[in-house]
Amino acid sequence: MSKIHVNTSINGDTTEFLCEADEPLLNVLRDHLHLTGSKEGCGTGDCGACSVTMNGRLVCSCLVLGAEAEGAEITTIEGMADGETLHPLQRKFLEHAALQCGICTPGILVAAKALLERDPDPSETEIRYWLAGNLCRCTGYDKIISAVMDAAAEMRGG
Amino acid sequence: MALDEHQPREFKVVGTRPLRPDGIDKVTGRALYGADMTAPGMLVGRVLRSPHPHARIKSIDTSAAKKINGVKAVITGADFPEVRKGEARNVLENCIAFDKALFEGHGVAAVAATSAAAAKAALRSIRVDYEILPHVTEIADAMKPDAPVVHQGFVEENVPAGHSENVITFAEYGHGDLEAGFAKADRIVERSFRTAATHQGYIEPHACLASMGPDGKADLWCCTQGHYAARAFCAAALGMQESQLRVTASEIGGGFGGKTTVFIEPIALMLSKKAGRPVKIVMTREEVFKASGPTVSSESDIKIGMTKDGRITAASAQLRYQGGAFPNFTIHMGSQSAFAAYDLAAVRSRGLNVLTNRPKQAAYRAPGAPMAIYAVESVVDELCQHFGLDPLEVRLMNAARKGTKSSYGPTFDDIGLIATLNAAKAHPHYSAPLGPDQGRGVSCGFWFNFGGDTSVSLNINFDGTVSVVEGNPDIGGSRASISMMAAEELGIPYDRVRTVVADTNSIGHNEVTDGSRVTFAVGLATIKAALAAKKEMCARAAKMWGIDEDAVVWEDGCAKPAGANAGDHDPMPLARIARKSPSTGGPIAGHHEVNADGAGVSFGVHLCDTEVDPETGATKVVRYTVFQDAGKAVHPDYVEGQMQGGAVQGIGWALNEEYIYGPDGRLQNPGFLDYRVPVASDLPRIDTQILEIPNPGHPYGVRGVGETSIVPPLAAITNAVSRAIGTRMSQLPMSPPRLLAAIRGKAS
Repeated sequence: MSKIHVNTSINGDTTEFLCEADEPLLNVLRDHLHLTGSKEGCGTGDCGACSVTMNGRLVCSCLVLGAEAEGAEITTIEGMADGETLHPLQRKFLEHAALQCGICTPGILVAAKALLERDPDPSETEIRYWLAGNLCRCTGYDKIISAVMDAAAEMRGG
Repeated sequence: MALDEHQPREFKVVGTRPLRPDGIDKVTGRALYGADMTAPGMLVGRVLRSPHPHARIKSIDTSAAKKINGVKAVITGADFPEVRKGEARNVLENCIAFDKALFEGHGVAAVAATSAAAAKAALRSIRVDYEILPHVTEIADAMKPDAPVVHQGFVEENVPAGHSENVITFAEYGHGDLEAGFAKADRIVERSFRTAATHQGYIEPHACLASMGPDGKADLWCCTQGHYAARAFCAAALGMQESQLRVTASEIGGGFGGKTTVFIEPIALMLSKKAGRPVKIVMTREEVFKASGPTVSSESDIKIGMTKDGRITAASAQLRYQGGAFPNFTIHMGSQSAFAAYDLAAVRSRGLNVLTNRPKQAAYRAPGAPMAIYAVESVVDELCQHFGLDPLEVRLMNAARKGTKSSYGPTFDDIGLIATLNAAKAHPHYSAPLGPDQGRGVSCGFWFNFGGDTSVSLNINFDGTVSVVEGNPDIGGSRASISMMAAEELGIPYDRVRTVVADTNSIGHNEVTDGSRVTFAVGLATIKAALAAKKEMCARAAKMWGIDEDAVVWEDGCAKPAGANAGDHDPMPLARIARKSPSTGGPIAGHHEVNADGAGVSFGVHLCDTEVDPETGATKVVRYTVFQDAGKAVHPDYVEGQMQGGAVQGIGWALNEEYIYGPDGRLQNPGFLDYRVPVASDLPRIDTQILEIPNPGHPYGVRGVGETSIVPPLAAITNAVSRAIGTRMSQLPMSPPRLLAAIRGKAS
């Protein structure tokens, strides 16, 4: 079977690729486009390590087909910093030591950014429920929650 | 001697909270983990796994697979050279079956192909002729004299008679006269407990990339807690010299003990050897659950006698662990640790290890201790409740302290148990009021900690910066703490030091990142390497000043003249000595190689409040506080992180996580949807209080902190829940159906 030709935008860059009909977007990102910041922890949408946004919506890229990216705007962890300047969430994750092994960190950052774009002032409980689809096995989430709250406060100008 | 290493001092860098050196890479997606490595011409490796929990492999027909376009290599266990008995053989046989499939998911064949689709088609075309054998997955069933024999030839000489051949290990520890001790008790509680097997649940599946040339030289990149151990296992499996196999550890996406061995690496190397091209294997999550190394499941019978004023008079434990189809030492560590928190005149632990048709267990954070201490701490709490005694007071009365002959033999030096108990007692959490359906639980925790073989090189660069080369994968911020200790010892700023984890051919042997050993042992070796470099820098300064080496000391990052005849010279900073080094004798470096002794034991105390919904049996953890002795917290953020992370893994173990086997011997929940690890919305803040009782075996007093924190949650939560619902729980996990049944059983 011939591959599908897809035109899309990834982190603002016009991108085209060929993929199999059954190939997940995550595999396209990692294996074809070498954007390995998105991680595969489960391949079944349970861990959130592959979180990206598609047309502004937070998705597990392991559950999206590459072919579905046609005409879409995809953003990944690689698009989060602006050149040398880290996003406030990235900076706060470092300052709060909100990562240990770091494998879940890209997905959690992408998810947290999506939250703060919807709600710049979430409560701790709202953050916890929003991030409930992103597993972290190292930190117990405590410092992650602190980092997100601190980043939100800074972004609000507080 | 290792136990007089500690020298009190004022710290400038140690104890601060600088940013970690690998941080930017990890928040930008740049860090390369196991599955992120690629090589030109790389093939996709896949493993065919047994659907049967126990079956003799009569034949494997791979002829059709070899004909599929794009398939470059197909192997079975028969392709590996004969490996002598011992752990190397067990590890290889756990990766790929020899004559029997020993558990569901056991590898039986593997392929390498140019695409995932071709590899998948090849696996489908392999014909395995199995003779299905009766299987056994539970401890009690496996012990019965007529149980199916899982794996012959492992029964140790001291195993008591009367069991099946699956009972292979007997452990016994303790001292004193139990009978006399129990006779002094006002009450004796005997209770049996069970814990389910759990998985470390690291988010990164095992992954490796192997490349072997026709000359027999090979490179292996993998996510591992120990690339030297990976090299040893793989070299033995392939019949290679260790020097010909270079292993590089990638960034590692969690391990918790589960990446201390190999599961796919020998297979990838053999496929690469056959195909003549690099081969990458990445496990699926289902493979991780079925074919990596979960922890043991356990049964235990605990008997403890106590006087009415709270003194424990005697204590005994009978432990039974299963850890799959191969031997392991976990039963020894469980038997040793069960009563480690107590100063007891009469104590005995006996343990049996049992083979089952499950995957070979691997270490999981304080392996063996959580399940043993859970059972003991539950019975201690039951006795406290019976006598109406304060559980922290009772523990303070009976706590192990300096000079205590431990239940497993050694006499304790300076330890922090009393300090952590007192800190818990004084904390506002302990006196806060509880709401309806809430209970408060307490538990102690313990881990031995470990040192082991360690090599560090420390290079003074010409520009006055310092490169530290060590060989232990950084699983949670250790490069930061190692750089901090180097900076502290040299008297230079943290940002002038960079620590790298070198490959196996670039520095001497290093034990696995386990046993909470890295900050202790690599730290110790780094400090000693810095001392060696300082000595050389003092010699260079002496040379430039034209004075005796002995007349130069190192202070605040500078060589300084000292003593009556040293003369008047301005302090010479490290950067100047480094810059001048080409003309004073050449590059300057320090190195240290040691089998580090003196890893001080670690104690912790956890307080937790739970709320049980009487209608659903669901438990919510509403408040949680961790107290732990760190000896000296080098980077307090990452010490707290270990305390919080371990606590939450323990919460998962207590409430949700379990390997569920069906009667067919197959794992029923091999995914994160059904094997439920804690998520952010399940949890409260995890408060921490670090205690610092210096370890006499480390120059800065450091103790390992990584493992103790998973030990107390099992009993702390059980005790909180048991007090809340008014009935004693004795099985983990306390999932809602199990808890609901207990609540309803009590009502009826």
